[in-house]
Amino acid sequence: MNLPVQTEGLTKRYGGLTAVQDLQLTVRAGEVYGFLGPNGAGKTTTLRMLLGLVRPTAGTVRLLGRPPAAGRLTGVGALIEGPAFYPYLSGRDNLRVLARYAGVGADRVALVLDLVDLTDRAGDRYAGYSLGMKQRLGVAAALLKDPRLLILDEPTNGLDPAGMADMRTLIRRLGAAGCTVLVSSHLLGEVEQICDRVGVIARGRLVAEGSVAELRGAAGLRLLADPLDAAAERARELVGAERVRVVDGGLELAVDPDRAAWLNTELVGAGLAVRELRPRERDLEQVFFDLVEKGTADVA
Amino acid sequence: MSRSFRAETVKLVRRPASWLLLAITLVLSLIFTYVFPYAGLAGAADGPNTDRALPALLPDQLVGNSLGGLPVFLGSILLILGVLTVGGEYGWGTWKTVLTQGPTRLEVYAGKLLALAAAALAVVLAVFAVGAVASVLIASAEAQPVTWPTAGDLLTGIGAGWLIATMWAMLGAVLAVALRAVALPVGLGLVWMLAVQNLLAAIAAPLVDWVAKAQEGLPGPNAGSLAAALGAPGDTPGVAATVGGGQAAVVVAAYLVGFAVVGAVLLRRRDIG
Ligand SMILES: Nc1ncnc2c1ncn2[C@@H]1O[C@H](COP(=O)(O)OP(=O)(O)O)[C@@H](O)[C@H]1O
Ligand SMILES: [Mg+2]
Repeated sequence: MNLPVQTEGLTKRYGGLTAVQDLQLTVRAGEVYGFLGPNGAGKTTTLRMLLGLVRPTAGTVRLLGRPPAAGRLTGVGALIEGPAFYPYLSGRDNLRVLARYAGVGADRVALVLDLVDLTDRAGDRYAGYSLGMKQRLGVAAALLKDPRLLILDEPTNGLDPAGMADMRTLIRRLGAAGCTVLVSSHLLGEVEQICDRVGVIARGRLVAEGSVAELRGAAGLRLLADPLDAAAERARELVGAERVRVVDGGLELAVDPDRAAWLNTELVGAGLAVRELRPRERDLEQVFFDLVEKGTADVA
Repeated sequence: MSRSFRAETVKLVRRPASWLLLAITLVLSLIFTYVFPYAGLAGAADGPNTDRALPALLPDQLVGNSLGGLPVFLGSILLILGVLTVGGEYGWGTWKTVLTQGPTRLEVYAGKLLALAAAALAVVLAVFAVGAVASVLIASAEAQPVTWPTAGDLLTGIGAGWLIATMWAMLGAVLAVALRAVALPVGLGLVWMLAVQNLLAAIAAPLVDWVAKAQEGLPGPNAGSLAAALGAPGDTPGVAATVGGGQAAVVVAAYLVGFAVVGAVLLRRRDIG
């Protein structure tokens, strides 16, 4: 089984600027992969290299098992860095022109217009579309060939909250139907519900990869107790020193939240005043921010 | 590639700018080839080309009259068409949209060049058709006999016109690829065609020997020589028998191929976006 996307040491330099550095990216068949990073991290450059639009400075790309530069892109649909169409044609006629290049029939045009909910306005000139409609037409174009691999670069840009929700539903549905999806975003919260795995890119390097749960990190407990020093000491005896951290005037314990009752009994038994003991949920945007900060610091 | 050709043809035909350019082409060739000279004949106006005698406006002169504009003025319009067809994809950022549908860069480019060649033929045929109508009207107004050029001359003329027109369109295409834009290539192309070529021919060539020699290898003077060899009036800007007609046809064809190939090489090698 070929991996839909596989890169080795992918690197792109623009003069002195390294946009993407030594990137190993793997997307498995059937998964929805979130490619996350702040603006300027190198997401679009990476996706352009995957599609053969931009030539890597170093490294290799295999897309559905083949190098993209070798010839026609088959089985792949993509929307890269914002929609771009012919302003003097209607949305529908734009897709018809693209259908000729793709070698698919007019029936696909009607179908994808329906999928992105643009049928009503498909006869209007593209120049008059709102940003959200342009974006949806871009996704429709990416779906024209009924691709096995769909690459979407920040597809929710310019969409209102309802449009974003629609887009997520569409991506989830495509994923459920067996399409492999690679979707980029600069917001983790925006794609976390739909992605099986995410990779985080910062300054052109992949700084983390895994499921959303893995990135979120192991669950734990947050403990507030008086006096703090004594509580920290007792907690270290109970669960091991390496699992206890002092954070913001409290303790973070890297232990299974199910052990809260036992811990509470032990701490109270030791004469400590436990004010609060609750499961610790790491805020995902904070996780993302920390990863990006870390990635940036490593480079600097 | 036939898919690309059809897609490009749709884009070209549906684009309002294409029709505007065709309209300008026909109006210009009609006014400068027939209206002004005829008005001059009738003594009604002073203007460019008003000193041509009546025989020069009759149907048997159709081939030369239809080719006269191509070395400079109509050529400029075809250059603009070439830039628009290729440069539009850069201006609108649509290269990525097209290429992610699957075709290779060269397939899309070949489709564009074929569509441009077809458009160039359509323009040349339209110029011949409009000229035929105008010359018949003049002949009947002046009670002159209507004699057409032989079919062979007509075909040769249309072929030569198509060759010149396509060559200029290819120059527009290669400029658009080289500069990855629309505005700059149109500007530079027009400066070359309307200013530099004329300055070289009118000022530099008569004074400096090597410029005169180099002229014989440039696309404009060769297009002008080809038109002149087929009867284009010598008082039209850019029309002058600098070299023989046969040599001119070969040089123009070589430029056509050269522009197309250089554009293809650049487009293949460079990043999109
Ligand atoms: N054609 C280009 N020329 C020079 N620098 C570029 C080019 N394309 C992208 N870059 C730079 O590469 C870096 C990554 O850009 P990009 O891949 O667009 O990031 P993202 O999509 O993650 O926001 C940025 O610093 C950007 O300025
Ligand atoms: Mg981007």
